[in-house]
Amino acid sequence: MSAAPPPPSDEELPTPAIQSRRWIPRLVWVVPIAAAVIGISLLIRNWENEGPRITISFLSGEGLQVGKTLIKYRDVTVGHVSAVVLSADHQTVLVSADLSKDAESLLKADTQFWIVRPRIGVGSVSGLDTLLSGEYIGMKTGAATLSERHFIGLENPPALSHGPRGRELQLHAARAGSLGIGAPVYFRQFQVGRVIDENLLPDGSTRVTVFVEAPYDGFLKPVTRFWNASGIDVRLGADGLNVQTESLAAVLAGGIAFDDGPAEAVPAAAGVPEEFTLHKNETEAMAPPDGDPHYVRMRFAQALRGLDVGAPVEFVGVNIGSVVSVDLGYEPRDKSFPVIVTAKLYPRRMGQAYEALAAQGKTESEETLAAFVGTLVNRGLRAQPRSASLLTGKLYVALDFLPASPRAAFDKSIRPLELPTVSGTFQELEAGVARIVKKVNDLPLGQIAADLHTDLNDLHETLSELHTRVLPSAVDTLSALHGTLDSAGRTLDVESPLQRSLAETLSESRSTLRAVRELADYLDRHPDALLRGRRPQKVPERPASLSSDAKP
Amino acid sequence: MTAFKQSLELGLIRCRTCGLAVSYVSLRMDRRCPRCHSRIEHRTPLSTEMTLALLIAGIVFYIPANLLPVMHTSGLLGEADSTILGGIFEFWRAGDWDIALLIFIASVAVPFTKFIAIGLLLLTVRKNSRWQQHQRTVLYRIVEFIGYWSMLDVIVVALTSALMQFQVLGTAAPRPGIAFFCAVVVVTMLSALSFDPRLIWDRRT
Repeated sequence: MSAAPPPPSDEELPTPAIQSRRWIPRLVWVVPIAAAVIGISLLIRNWENEGPRITISFLSGEGLQVGKTLIKYRDVTVGHVSAVVLSADHQTVLVSADLSKDAESLLKADTQFWIVRPRIGVGSVSGLDTLLSGEYIGMKTGAATLSERHFIGLENPPALSHGPRGRELQLHAARAGSLGIGAPVYFRQFQVGRVIDENLLPDGSTRVTVFVEAPYDGFLKPVTRFWNASGIDVRLGADGLNVQTESLAAVLAGGIAFDDGPAEAVPAAAGVPEEFTLHKNETEAMAPPDGDPHYVRMRFAQALRGLDVGAPVEFVGVNIGSVVSVDLGYEPRDKSFPVIVTAKLYPRRMGQAYEALAAQGKTESEETLAAFVGTLVNRGLRAQPRSASLLTGKLYVALDFLPASPRAAFDKSIRPLELPTVSGTFQELEAGVARIVKKVNDLPLGQIAADLHTDLNDLHETLSELHTRVLPSAVDTLSALHGTLDSAGRTLDVESPLQRSLAETLSESRSTLRAVRELADYLDRHPDALLRGRRPQKVPERPASLSSDAKP
Repeated sequence: MTAFKQSLELGLIRCRTCGLAVSYVSLRMDRRCPRCHSRIEHRTPLSTEMTLALLIAGIVFYIPANLLPVMHTSGLLGEADSTILGGIFEFWRAGDWDIALLIFIASVAVPFTKFIAIGLLLLTVRKNSRWQQHQRTVLYRIVEFIGYWSMLDVIVVALTSALMQFQVLGTAAPRPGIAFFCAVVVVTMLSALSFDPRLIWDRRT
């Protein structure tokens, strides 16, 4: 463009202006190079991001889908399942999973994997999101330093999947009760943790692993006591009915509670131990330690129905032990079958009495203890089965002073110590009742019944006599009486001839009486008439007729 | 065909802008039309070079376009990244063979055919071959024409991503694969454009 070309003529063709060669079209090679660079960088990035491939073995591949099932750590996706195959022996399912690069550090030798499925328990509901999204594989990293690529999946999710801060403790118990994984742990009715594992140890006892969450693990002390808070504790005491429970969930699913035990001579510097004993209930947990048990044996002559293993043994009303075994023995001398009861006693439960005795050195060794028991036996210490409840018929063994009981031999050298026994109060009552029954039995009931029978027969005869003889004659008598009364009625009737003649008679006797009165009057006035007779003109005719009547 | 004369044989170059015929001077120089000052070229400069470069770029982009996911969908039933081939398989398995075929032709077959076609054209031009010159010209026209239609996938992803935004129920989002796919389409179109079909008919001695 620097020099304007000459105007073209018609004859000759114009020549194009010539400029320096352009290099810009070569830039087009930038495009494939850029494409290659982008492609290669993608490849490199992909290769760099290529996380580890792991295999996990599960018992069942339920719900696992290749390419869709995700691996999640703390609910963040860190990978996905790339293959699900059966193991060579067809016993397990091998799940291959591609994890992202940053998940590599999570793969430790003790990293745990489990399949998250919806779970509904008494205490909690979990995994509901998997109802819609499908199962996924949960992951919990471990603490081991070794890295690992092959894992064995858990069949149940661990109780703590996200590793909160806190303290893990082992509790030992004879039996776990109704505890389950996930059961709550309470401190003064406040949930502070949960049961994360349960194991049956080779010796048959159970080990419960609990986790106490971070702010609350400060409540754990060397004197802390754990007890099983499952169920409801209903107690009828002198102060009324007392119902205690940690929570409704604990009633249903079981639970563990802990609290400070009675302060003891525990070194203040002592750390919280990793292992505790899980007591059966709060009372047992809070009781002072029992110390070593001493075994005693008791030989009862009578049957002890209702005396179970575990029944309490009370010393002057204080529970100091329990029955360990109830066996049937045989006594060759008198061919009897005594009941042999073995019990373990915890002298420490005697409390202050034990301390006082210990101060006197009476509990230190078996020998001194035996000697001491010997003196107690001489003072009347006897074992006696007593009825704990009339309703259930359960028995307990009472150790009590019964000075009235006959003297008993006590051998200090026998181990275990053998305590003399007396029969139980209930048995005595039973014997009394038996005596009464025997007396009743002795009564001549047969004779009495026979006599009574004869008497009744006589009575029956008498009655039948009355019926057959007396009653008909009575009927006759009554009908005769009826006829008599009837004729009497007729006789007394106004129209009856008797009545009429009576009336006539009466009127005649009236006129007679009048004539007599007239005669009396005449005589009164004419006394001489008795001698001379009546004057004929003055005397009426009648009285003369009457006088004959009146004379008699 | 030998009866026809090439403009070069007559020592002529035509300005593509104003149609001025100028005399052929030198092949390796930058020339300007004396009348309209636009560039005057005997053939598109470095046509084969540009075509080849863009073709290579297209082939390179084609690999991640097919390997990388083009779309990410998430919803109640989980989330998934889908590649083009994976999508085709899914449609095919679901019984929608027609849609699968359509996507396959538009997204896989067409770009691949374009690579083959452009590669063939480049090779024959380089070899100065006189084989099937007519057919090759037709092939070039076809390649130029179908270039536009390869953007089908890009449009599908763009529409789906824009429309399917229902938060929890379902969302779709584009993934890097679609950008590479877009690059494949653009680069191959440019590659086809930079090819000078007159080269098919040139005879160099």
